[in-house]
Amino acid sequence: MELLDKLTVLADAAKYDAACTSSGARRGFRTGMIGCTSSSIVGCCHTFSADGRCVTLLKVLMSNDCSYDCAYCVNRRGNDTPRATFTPRELCELTIGFYRRNYIEGLFLSSAVLGSPDRTTERMVAALRMLREEYRFNGYIHAKAIPGTSPELVTALGLLADRLSVNIELPSEASLRRLAPNKTKAAILAPMGQIRDQETESKAELVKYRSAPRFAPAGQSTQLIVGATGESDRHILRLTESLYGRYRLRRVFYSAYVPVVENTLLPALDTKPPLLREHRLYQADWLLRFYGFRASELLDEEQPDFDPRLDPKCCWALRHLEFFPVEVNRADYEALLRVPGVGVVTAKRILVARRTGPLHADDLKKLGVVMKRAQYFLTCSGRLATPLRLSRAGVLASLLAAERAALPAEAQGEQLSLFEKAGS
Amino acid sequence: MQWRNIIYQYDGSFDGLLCCVFESYTQKERPTAIVCDEDACLFEIRSVVTVPEHAARVSRSLRKLSSDVLPLLRRVFLTHLPDKEMAIYRFIAKLYREGTPYLSRLSDDAYQPLLRAARQLATEVEHLRGFLRFSIYDGVLGAEIEPKNRVLPLLRSHFCERCRNETFFIYDRTHREALLYSGGRSRIVPLDDFRPAPPDDEESEYRKLWKRFYDTIAIRERENPRGRMSKMPKRYWSTMTEFQVPAEPVGKPKQETLSGA
Ligand code: SF4
Repeated sequence: MELLDKLTVLADAAKYDAACTSSGARRGFRTGMIGCTSSSIVGCCHTFSADGRCVTLLKVLMSNDCSYDCAYCVNRRGNDTPRATFTPRELCELTIGFYRRNYIEGLFLSSAVLGSPDRTTERMVAALRMLREEYRFNGYIHAKAIPGTSPELVTALGLLADRLSVNIELPSEASLRRLAPNKTKAAILAPMGQIRDQETESKAELVKYRSAPRFAPAGQSTQLIVGATGESDRHILRLTESLYGRYRLRRVFYSAYVPVVENTLLPALDTKPPLLREHRLYQADWLLRFYGFRASELLDEEQPDFDPRLDPKCCWALRHLEFFPVEVNRADYEALLRVPGVGVVTAKRILVARRTGPLHADDLKKLGVVMKRAQYFLTCSGRLATPLRLSRAGVLASLLAAERAALPAEAQGEQLSLFEKAGS
Repeated sequence: MQWRNIIYQYDGSFDGLLCCVFESYTQKERPTAIVCDEDACLFEIRSVVTVPEHAARVSRSLRKLSSDVLPLLRRVFLTHLPDKEMAIYRFIAKLYREGTPYLSRLSDDAYQPLLRAARQLATEVEHLRGFLRFSIYDGVLGAEIEPKNRVLPLLRSHFCERCRNETFFIYDRTHREALLYSGGRSRIVPLDDFRPAPPDDEESEYRKLWKRFYDTIAIRERENPRGRMSKMPKRYWSTMTEFQVPAEPVGKPKQETLSGA
């Protein structure tokens, strides 16, 4: 098969993986090597694909020739689809050729299970070693650790890559058992725990010896498929929270399920991917990581799913009217962050700007406050920006109207931006 | 200060602009405009000579107020803010009058446009770090860009580090200047015209591979032209490889696939 066709097959097979950021790794220039991963290009987007997603890395599979039979996946053994496998050299040539031309920041290498997890990982390690040692590549590498791989191979992979990820895909054990019979929760969590421990160890070593080997310096991430199985948003968000806490993941990515196979256990083929739901989960994820929210504040037994019509912060605000209005001239940073329409940058600007004197309503917009959301929740020197009684129903109606204008997306079958910040 | 209808003419450099500030304060007058080309006009034009010591004195006075001011003004100077010379002048005048507290009045009319322009510049620089495309001509990397702002001084350190072992150039079509880098040294030079050599076989092959990769990774069910456009405004497309090679039918993907493993 020609390289162009292989690339087509193996990029096509990798495209549903949402993770495409090169954030968190700092790798200075090294003499005689190609490239670097400087801190200034955190998450540098080299292009945006037609679906509006940021492209940072050459994202491909080593092989799509799978021995497993996961029901939701077209690479599964039982499916009739063209198969291809890169040789390590092909992969190196592509990565270097693309990197030098400034098409990409690095490589994202995943793979179907070629024979066994160990055999697959061996091949990935061989390719990455060639890329690092023979081609002297010093840019970013994100590699997939395949559940069931032996610990020594995970270690070898982690020493070559900046970031590792183990995809959970299905957010509960029951779903895994039904749809991915070759995978178990234990097999997924084992490498996650190992990666966490070795990353911590390596950080400690690096403090002692500057030349100690670096193990996955950019940490690990994972991906959850949304909408293939019946888990609630609350279930997913609590899982996310524990992944950030217990496994110290850097990112959790969500991927709206695109039906690709006919299977009675899965949504029908004509089901639209739940893009708006995915978007809300990303917003909520953002609230967990940067806004000091906890999963239990956002969703509970009474309300296990987000109202897709509103962003999670507005939802929270509407259920906690007692918290509002917040006075911009006095509120602390944490309280400002809870106001819909005020983001991290804006909250910081408010703190600076009010030092010289009280802010007025017309300053807020210039500082970046999104007034169509914030107006109901803020006072400026005691005055409400919009002289409206704070009734829940009234505010809800106005917010919905504002939101609908901003997002005709779902209606027109368009996709929402994946990485838009929540709330701001 | 007195109001006189006087126009300053300077040499187009940042130091030159600082000398206009110096001139205005030593002459106790306020210019109505600061220009770098001498268009005949009704008002008196005075040519302000760039004297390093004068510029240094203004720099020092600004640095005394805050260490952030000069870097900000240098960046604003690279932007295409309309009448940026006077905008900078008015800002400095106000800062002198009100002192350091002025610097937290982020929404002031003489301040906010500068901040916005600097932000837009930063965005454009960030965009181009990613969207810039090199072609390889006989081992030398070459790129062309068409930015609104003068971004080369700000792209310099990034690309010099990224491509440390390479020889490269970046041509800015808008401002007709080029960043050249070779053997660890870089320069920015004026360059009136530049015509790239036609790509060789290997170059064409990589362009084709990239274009194919680009077309393949889009998920059809999620197509979102508006989202793409807002993240990557069309004005960048003219210099991006993936939009140059004529679209060719993507043969294979009969079926969609979920990610591996
Ligand atoms: S192991 Fe991975 S590639 Fe193979 S069928 Fe399962 S999800 Fe698909």
